[in-house]
Amino acid sequence: MQEVLLTMKGISKYFPGVRALHNVDFTLREGEIHALMGENGAGKSTLIKVLTGVHAKDSGNIYIKGHSKPVNIRSPQEAHKLGISTVYQEITLCPNLTVAENLFIGRTDKLLVNWRETNNRAAEILKNLKIPAKPTQQLSNCSIAVQQMVAIARAVDMECKILILDEPTSSLDEQEVARLFGLMRDLKERGVGIIFVTHFLDQMYEICDKVTILRGGELVGEYQVSEIPRVELVAKMMGKELGDLAAIHNEAKGIKDENKEPVIEAEGLSSVSGIKPFNFKAYKGEVTGFAGLLGSGRSECVRAIFGADRVTKGKLRIKGEEVAVTSPIKAMKKGIGYLSEDRKRDGIIGDLSVRENIILALQAMRGFFRPFTKAQAEAFADEYVKMLGIKTASLDTPVNSLSGGNQQKVILARWLLTHPEYLILDEPTRGIDIGTKVEIQKLVLKLASEGMSITFISSEIEEMLRTCSRLIVMRDLYVVGELEGEDMTQDKIMYTIAGVSDQNDKEE
Amino acid sequence: MTKKNEKAGNDLMKHIKPVIRHRLFIPIVFLIFLLLINIFIKPGFLKIGLGKDINGNPVLIGNIINILNNSTELVILAIGMSFVTACSRGQDISVGSTIAIVGGVVMRVLCGNETQPTELKAPVIVAFILGCLAGMLCGAFNGILVSRFNIQPMVATLILFTAGRSLGSMAMGGLKPKAVASFSYYGNFFPGFPIPTPILITAAVIIITCIAMKKTNLGLYTRAVGINDKSSRLNGIEPSRIKFMSYVIMGLCVGIAGFIQASRVQTVNPYTIVPGIEMDAILAVALGGNSLGGGSLNLPGSIVGAYTIQTLTSMLTTLNVNTNAIPVFKAVIIIVLVAIQTPAVKRLFGRKTQAAKPALGGGKESA
Repeated sequence: MQEVLLTMKGISKYFPGVRALHNVDFTLREGEIHALMGENGAGKSTLIKVLTGVHAKDSGNIYIKGHSKPVNIRSPQEAHKLGISTVYQEITLCPNLTVAENLFIGRTDKLLVNWRETNNRAAEILKNLKIPAKPTQQLSNCSIAVQQMVAIARAVDMECKILILDEPTSSLDEQEVARLFGLMRDLKERGVGIIFVTHFLDQMYEICDKVTILRGGELVGEYQVSEIPRVELVAKMMGKELGDLAAIHNEAKGIKDENKEPVIEAEGLSSVSGIKPFNFKAYKGEVTGFAGLLGSGRSECVRAIFGADRVTKGKLRIKGEEVAVTSPIKAMKKGIGYLSEDRKRDGIIGDLSVRENIILALQAMRGFFRPFTKAQAEAFADEYVKMLGIKTASLDTPVNSLSGGNQQKVILARWLLTHPEYLILDEPTRGIDIGTKVEIQKLVLKLASEGMSITFISSEIEEMLRTCSRLIVMRDLYVVGELEGEDMTQDKIMYTIAGVSDQNDKEE
Repeated sequence: MTKKNEKAGNDLMKHIKPVIRHRLFIPIVFLIFLLLINIFIKPGFLKIGLGKDINGNPVLIGNIINILNNSTELVILAIGMSFVTACSRGQDISVGSTIAIVGGVVMRVLCGNETQPTELKAPVIVAFILGCLAGMLCGAFNGILVSRFNIQPMVATLILFTAGRSLGSMAMGGLKPKAVASFSYYGNFFPGFPIPTPILITAAVIIITCIAMKKTNLGLYTRAVGINDKSSRLNGIEPSRIKFMSYVIMGLCVGIAGFIQASRVQTVNPYTIVPGIEMDAILAVALGGNSLGGGSLNLPGSIVGAYTIQTLTSMLTTLNVNTNAIPVFKAVIIIVLVAIQTPAVKRLFGRKTQAAKPALGGGKESA
């Protein structure tokens, strides 16, 4: 039995109004690769931040091998001293320095540097870890994978015992991932404990020994990777028990009419975001959904349809006519609307008023030289503020002073105002209160019954079941299945996500 | 009794508050403050009289007229700079040098290859149009660097900042020509018309800007792109196109300003023309309450800011401050002025406005 390196016991962390972590335990042993998994808001990043001293924990204890008492980690520097290093998805090294400089920067108090010695030592480290880079090479000339490996080498050379890899594989291709895994196995043999945060199921099964699952800030459990079947893992992450067929009634009325032409038809579409070519059809009056875990490529698919990410391959037909949607405005003019996933980053324009935010998309479609008069804009905004019940002090209030749910309604109003034939709603209910959620779901069904074709994406599976009549299931950037009618059950979805849909009746 | 007073006070506050909170409040108050100081120093400051120019024509004279006249270039540049700042979140520091280029082009067109031509070689309107085109071309160059290559505005415009004055000299073929007096009308007076032409041009530029703001989506797009360009793109706006356009507009403003500047003395010294005007233009934008970090577009503020700077300069001249020392005084006053508009200082002095905010929040919840 390997020795325990790190024990976190009863960790809790509260932010104003949010319980980010509640009584979470976590154990890491020597030479273990331990996956930390969970959906949005599960508390993965908060747990990591507590461990690395970015956030102070509100309660609980952290024990580290070699320290008899619980340790108190107050800053990333202290975490470093305790042998805890983190490598993030975005490279946090200096791209304009050489590999050797990056390995040793900020680690010496000496005024003078012996460059030859530094380079020699760097060469040794690189050779030891089999990293294909030269010490004198500028870091930005290395591939992302090598840069990541240099970051790991730096951490390892700083006597780190506990290495945290926060989604390191998101921007790597398959070969690079394989290389990174090689390095991870190497470190494992040296007795380093690795915490591996990832969304990719395949990768988790390939490299990890143990997995800890978090959900909604609470610990779901710790499992041996070899002992937990995929579908159970998915179920645990989503918080559903297998066979829990608690009658979720599918109220979706949208029925596709096969004789009709699809409003949207994607054929082998893929984009710079890295999604694999996918086919997709959406019909009039139908609510379709993209299901899958976080990072599975749900948003990337719809972004390709909307022209938000540059399309690299494939065809897109809108009402039978093949079009090249090279920018959002072109998609909008063809009758597509897209409510983006990240409201703060891609949705609202914070300092603009509610009125300006509502009319923005329609205004952009109308053209630069044809602005709405203030009265027209006011009338539009007023109509939708009333229709959606947006709570705002006035139409001139800056939108960022509204609550999250109301901001979302403002963006919804923006797209409804353009009267799209095909509307994409990407996580429209994230981070908003339950009342507004239900309102939005009802609105989606109503719009579909009026003939609009809608794609609805949500991390909450009940919500998808309640609103969608057809589900496209995704895993690791691939479309892996399409479910409709009778097949649309929680279990089926989870089996499809886990990639074991063939055996669903037999084994589990 | 006290209650009544309180109520009256509250009513008063209700009327005053919007005025104090208005985005033009500080710039205008400061401008008035400067004017009052000027009146105090020189009681006849506000007087506008009828004088005679060198040709004996009756013209308006007076300090106010001078300030309005001399600030023409700055006002026009401040308008362009506002657009650039609002949408590209950075400033164009090449405007002074670009004026040298425009001046060079205008002089070359008017004088050809002669240093003292006895007549204009081309109609003034042609020189004006070509000057504006030269300015817009420079703006387009900056715009491409900023919008397509994503170079920081200050770095991108540093190129023309460095090269512009030499280019201006080259445009004139290395000569230093002087145009005949009829070209001077545009920077001084039309014979028989008492108001300085630059003031009329300023008014025209302001009016055209107003119309453009009313008849196009320039304002909305510029602000949207400056606040969140990713989001703007997803809403059908092309951020790079808007940024490019803002630099071309800036170039047009430079063209007009350069033309006036050339006309004032009918000659151009590209190496000394409008020294440091780019910084004054940026200051005007800042004084007007625009965030230099982009996203806000307060054109009236920028215009008031430009006049404020000119008033300040002329006041310091009146006070017989050494010409070389003027920038120091300017700097001090501007630091104070910009500082009191920063959120940090506002928080220090404006407890009341802070307290008012949650109340607004409560209102929106219950509404």
